Amino acid sequence: MELTERFAAGDLDAFEALFRQHQAEVFRWILRIVRNTATAEDLTVEAFWRVYRAHARFDTVNGNFGGWLRRIATNVAIDHLSRSRREVPLPEDLGVAPSRPGEQGELRRQILAALRKLSPPLRGAVLLALVEEEPYEEIAKALSISVSAVKVRVFRGVRILRKELSRAGVQP
Amino acid sequence: MSEREIEELKKLLKDALEPSGNDELQRDLWPTMLRRLDELPVRVPWWDWVLLAGVVALFCFFPVTIPALLYHL
Repeated sequence: MELTERFAAGDLDAFEALFRQHQAEVFRWILRIVRNTATAEDLTVEAFWRVYRAHARFDTVNGNFGGWLRRIATNVAIDHLSRSRREVPLPEDLGVAPSRPGEQGELRRQILAALRKLSPPLRGAVLLALVEEEPYEEIAKALSISVSAVKVRVFRGVRILRKELSRAGVQP
Repeated sequence: MSEREIEELKKLLKDALEPSGNDELQRDLWPTMLRRLDELPVRVPWWDWVLLAGVVALFCFFPVTIPALLYHL
C-alpha cells in the first residue's frame, strides 16, 4: 500500500512520514504569506492538523497530496491574515526589512500601512505575486482559483495600494 | 495601469518587505504536531447518541424493562 493510501486509512506512521517530507516546504510557503517565522511555524502545525483531520476525504486515486496540502496551507495562512486584521497590527507582523532611519523609514511605514488596508485574499495574492515573485499558475493552484482570477486580485490590490499611497503623499 | 507602474510598486514593496526566500525551517515540528494530535477530542458517533437516547426513552416509558435488562447483564 502506498504512503498516501495508508495516510488516508488513518495510519499515523504514514502521516508522520508525509509530515517530515513536506513540513519545510509548507513552512516556507506559509512564511511567504504571513511573513513571520514563529507564526509560520504555528500555522504549519495547524495546516497539518487540518490535513490529518480530513485524511478520510483525501482522494487516493486522483488526488495529489502536495497540491492538496498546499491549498490547505494557503487557506490556513489567509485565515490567519483575516484574524490578525481585526487585531492591532505590529510592524514585525509583516517581516519588514531592517530598519532605516529618517525618510526611508517613514516611506516603509506608509507602504506597510497601505498593505494592511488590503483584504486578506488580495494581500496574499499581492505578496506572493509581487514580493515573492511566485508564478501566477502556482498561486492559482494554491488558492484553488483560475490564473485570470489571480491576475484580477493582483490588479485590484495594486490599484488599492497606489490609491492609499497617493493619499499618503507617496508617488509609486 | 501600465506594466511600468506595477514594476515601480513591486520595487517599493520589495524595499519595504524582504522576500522570505532564504528562510528555512529551523526545527523539527513533529513533536509539536504530536502534542496537538494528543489533544484530539474523543468523538462519539451520532448513532451511539441515538442508541443511548432510545435506551433512556425505553426505561422512562417501560421501567419494568430495567430489572429485566439487569438480569440479562
